[in-house]
Amino acid sequence: MQKNIICVSCPMGCGITVELNDNGEVVSVSGNTCKRGDAYARTECTNPVRSLATTVKVDGGIHNVVPCKSAGPIPKARMMDCMNEIAKAEVKAPVILGDILIENILGTGINIVATNHCPAK
Amino acid sequence: MNYDVAVIGAGVVGSLIARELSRYNIKIALVEKCSDMAMGTSKANSAIVHAGFDAKPGTLKAKLNVKGTELMPELCKTLFVPFKPIGSLVVAFSDEEMETIKELLNRGVENGVPGLEIYDKAKLREEEPTISDEAKGALWAPSAGIVCPYELTIAAAENAVMNGAEFIRNFEVKKIDFNGKEFTISNGETSFNTKYVINAAGVFCDEIAALIGDNSIHTVPRKGEYMLCDKSIGYLAKHTIFQCPSKMGKGILVTPTVDGNLLIGPSALDIEDKTDVATTSEALADILEIAKKSVPCLNTREVITSFAGLRAHCDKDDFIIEPSEKNEQFINAAGIESPGLSSAPAIAVYVKDMLLEKLNAEEKADFIPSRKEPVRFRHMSNEERKALIEKNPAYGRIICRCETITEGEILDAIHAPAGARDVDGVKRRTRAGMGRCQGGFCGSKVVEILARELGVELNEITKCGGSSKILYERTK
Amino acid sequence: MLNYDIVVIGGGPAGMAAALKAKECGVDSILILERAETLGGILEQCIHTGFGLHYFGEELSGPEYADRFIQLVNEKKIEYKVDTMALQITESNVVYAVNKEDGLLEIQAKAVILAMGCRERPRGALNIAGTRAAGVMSAGTAQKYVNIDGYMPGKKVVILGSGDIGLIMARRMTLEGAEVKVVCELMPYSSGLTRNIVQCLDDFGIPLRLSCTVVEIHGKDRVEGVTIANVDEKLRPIKGTEQYIECDTLLLSVGLIPENELTREVGIELDPVTKGAVVDEFRETSHKGVFACGNVLHVHDLVDYVTLESQTAGEGAAKYVLGKKDAPEYITTKGVNGVRYIVPQKVNIKNDDDVKLYFRVGQTYKNAKVVVKYNGNEIISKKRPRLAPGEMENVVIKNDILKSFAADGVIEISVEA
Repeated sequence: MQKNIICVSCPMGCGITVELNDNGEVVSVSGNTCKRGDAYARTECTNPVRSLATTVKVDGGIHNVVPCKSAGPIPKARMMDCMNEIAKAEVKAPVILGDILIENILGTGINIVATNHCPAK
Repeated sequence: MNYDVAVIGAGVVGSLIARELSRYNIKIALVEKCSDMAMGTSKANSAIVHAGFDAKPGTLKAKLNVKGTELMPELCKTLFVPFKPIGSLVVAFSDEEMETIKELLNRGVENGVPGLEIYDKAKLREEEPTISDEAKGALWAPSAGIVCPYELTIAAAENAVMNGAEFIRNFEVKKIDFNGKEFTISNGETSFNTKYVINAAGVFCDEIAALIGDNSIHTVPRKGEYMLCDKSIGYLAKHTIFQCPSKMGKGILVTPTVDGNLLIGPSALDIEDKTDVATTSEALADILEIAKKSVPCLNTREVITSFAGLRAHCDKDDFIIEPSEKNEQFINAAGIESPGLSSAPAIAVYVKDMLLEKLNAEEKADFIPSRKEPVRFRHMSNEERKALIEKNPAYGRIICRCETITEGEILDAIHAPAGARDVDGVKRRTRAGMGRCQGGFCGSKVVEILARELGVELNEITKCGGSSKILYERTK
Repeated sequence: MLNYDIVVIGGGPAGMAAALKAKECGVDSILILERAETLGGILEQCIHTGFGLHYFGEELSGPEYADRFIQLVNEKKIEYKVDTMALQITESNVVYAVNKEDGLLEIQAKAVILAMGCRERPRGALNIAGTRAAGVMSAGTAQKYVNIDGYMPGKKVVILGSGDIGLIMARRMTLEGAEVKVVCELMPYSSGLTRNIVQCLDDFGIPLRLSCTVVEIHGKDRVEGVTIANVDEKLRPIKGTEQYIECDTLLLSVGLIPENELTREVGIELDPVTKGAVVDEFRETSHKGVFACGNVLHVHDLVDYVTLESQTAGEGAAKYVLGKKDAPEYITTKGVNGVRYIVPQKVNIKNDDDVKLYFRVGQTYKNAKVVVKYNGNEIISKKRPRLAPGEMENVVIKNDILKSFAADGVIEISVEA
């Protein structure tokens, strides 16, 4: 099987073709112009990951929500599941930037952390 | 509830009539189907106070235009409404059009318009340096001016309310019954009674009249589209620049506005839908092309917004201001198209006189002719600003950056008699959101202030009433 | 009347970086004026990550990037006033500002740093026909509603403009449960980063229509739909390609304009292309002692570059205050053949450092050459694998070369395909 992807490692945006065998293993990578492209293409075809940024509901804060992010990349396929999980959460103000809001979200080993302060009202 | 008079329609005509009547000890209802006054023709027109040479001598239009224009400066001063007596020019581009403007001059003289004069090419270019080289001359009318039409409407309604009139918003008149003595006016859910009705419903005048079986009025909405340009090119016109009129109206004009922007338009197209105020790319392109005939250096780069309004054109070709043939307690003020704005102060007096003949009313001793002068932070000196903020810190917080509008001014707009209830209402009263960013920054702040002051959630605030909500539910 | 050595107008990334640098250079009397309730500027609502890769070598969200500078401003005890709007700068560098607590402030500054940022182009500038229903807003306004206020501004969304804010909001709205129907781009290419096209659109199957625009907005009270159409090479809609798309919201991401009202009023010379002030290598404007940096000077694609540029302006303002800025002898810079603009527009040849010239191209190039000429003679030539309008480029003029120039000379940068 062949997969065509656009590399986002740098602004060049190389079109990379990845050849996969029936077990989903990478056979060859072509079209990249650097090593980073090769690595990106391999990950993107086998286990694509993304960092997630959204908000968490705050109780008693100056705003309704506080921004947060995944402290590391999470599997791309689990992004919407994580969003649903985050939607259930509610934290009490004050929130400090860096606070862990959800630990090990959905067993991914990744924490959801606050990316701003939200003082109490 | 029982009223002596119900004015249907809170446009400039209805609001000024309500104010004129509020001088007397009668109970008045000013009824409006929208969430605010000035939501129809009164908010989207050329904003010109015409000198009065267009209308045929002897018509109501001719008589009330000249009278209204005469009353306008003093009225605006009393109500703190921006008005500028800048004069107007009707430009002629051919020998034939030079003849036309001479005819207009003669007609104007017959109508009693003061100070009319024919400018030759040299004088015209001296007075209006951006004018096209093709122009051969112009009719100069010094009594013409520009006014802020929605502020005039709002000020009039506000003042009427201060004098006891009741402003009933979001009330669409659907049924009018008459029991031989008085009317029952209903929106299908609630109703009130009134002895007299004044039909000032603009493009909907025919439908309101039809509710009492009066089918004599035929309103044709005639759409006019405009482009509004940034203040940085407001200097391109010193006066209101008309071209020669046609049977569809006064043609495309180029004019400064009272706020210093430049206004180009309107197109003229008869349409069917009385709520269709969508702009079209064709009309906008056309008006620019035609306007360039007057002022060739115009372009679209400085356009900050475009809009359309509907003229309440009637097939009778004159204002219809008289008791209905079906019921003499029902007075129509219909077909008020251009020069309706100019005539409105005179129409109000005319209708009042008509009503006083029927109604036994006494003038109030305590009538308040003026409203509270609106704070206009942007026009103040730094000393005045300092004193103002010391008295009320809310004037120290700028909400709209483009127009320098303070939180204090927005609070005043919300808490005024018959005050603003939505974002556009705040905008028309304060200019917040009317600048070059068109509410990009201040829009969300205005929503916040409205929600706080009215004690509702952010997502209950609308742009202009009805279902024009700005926000849906909370994200979480 | 208050007195400060430096008044910084704007407490976003540009203003904070400039103030911090000026402090580092030995100026203690500094005041930052910020119109919002907190320092941080627009970064406060840019909750996505991708900031700081160049400057900090890590991937931060907007608020995190801003917070690093806010902490430093507090640590270095730089004075600031929030919820404070600058109204006017006079000929003699007196700044008038207002807020609720102090009322009208009158501040005499030795130097002023303009860091007011930019704003989004509104609908009016596009002259889109149709109604004026609720539900048409700039992508940035929507971003504020979602990320700060926590409200959804719409459910079914069309986005016009594929700049980065538009792309970011396409993902953000989708994550929060909205359906983004299409992103339309007038140009035949997107001005957004490839990374954003992949991760904000492709990841969610959101179509990007190039050479396509919104020609009409429908709906009486709230938007009910839009008509989109393809455009020809002159960017005019092509008749017959119209397509109606049902939606309740139209987000506009159609460009940013530096906010130069104050600049214009004090009579500072503006560059018609950048829409920002004409500046020298320390970002001093045509008005003595007034400096400009960040998006008020020219719109940047990366905040990291805003920080760097603002540090330059902060250093320049400090030099000016401390009397270390020499009487200049200027050469001018000029973008030609594919180079839309260069900042700075003039360079003092008596300067003792290397000078970095930032520029932007007008179209995409592959394997092109950037050529720098002085009075017509080539002095630098560099191969670039890729040049794009969305990505700011730079070249460095070494000080020894600069020293060899004569006053009133001209540096030209061009692209050779």
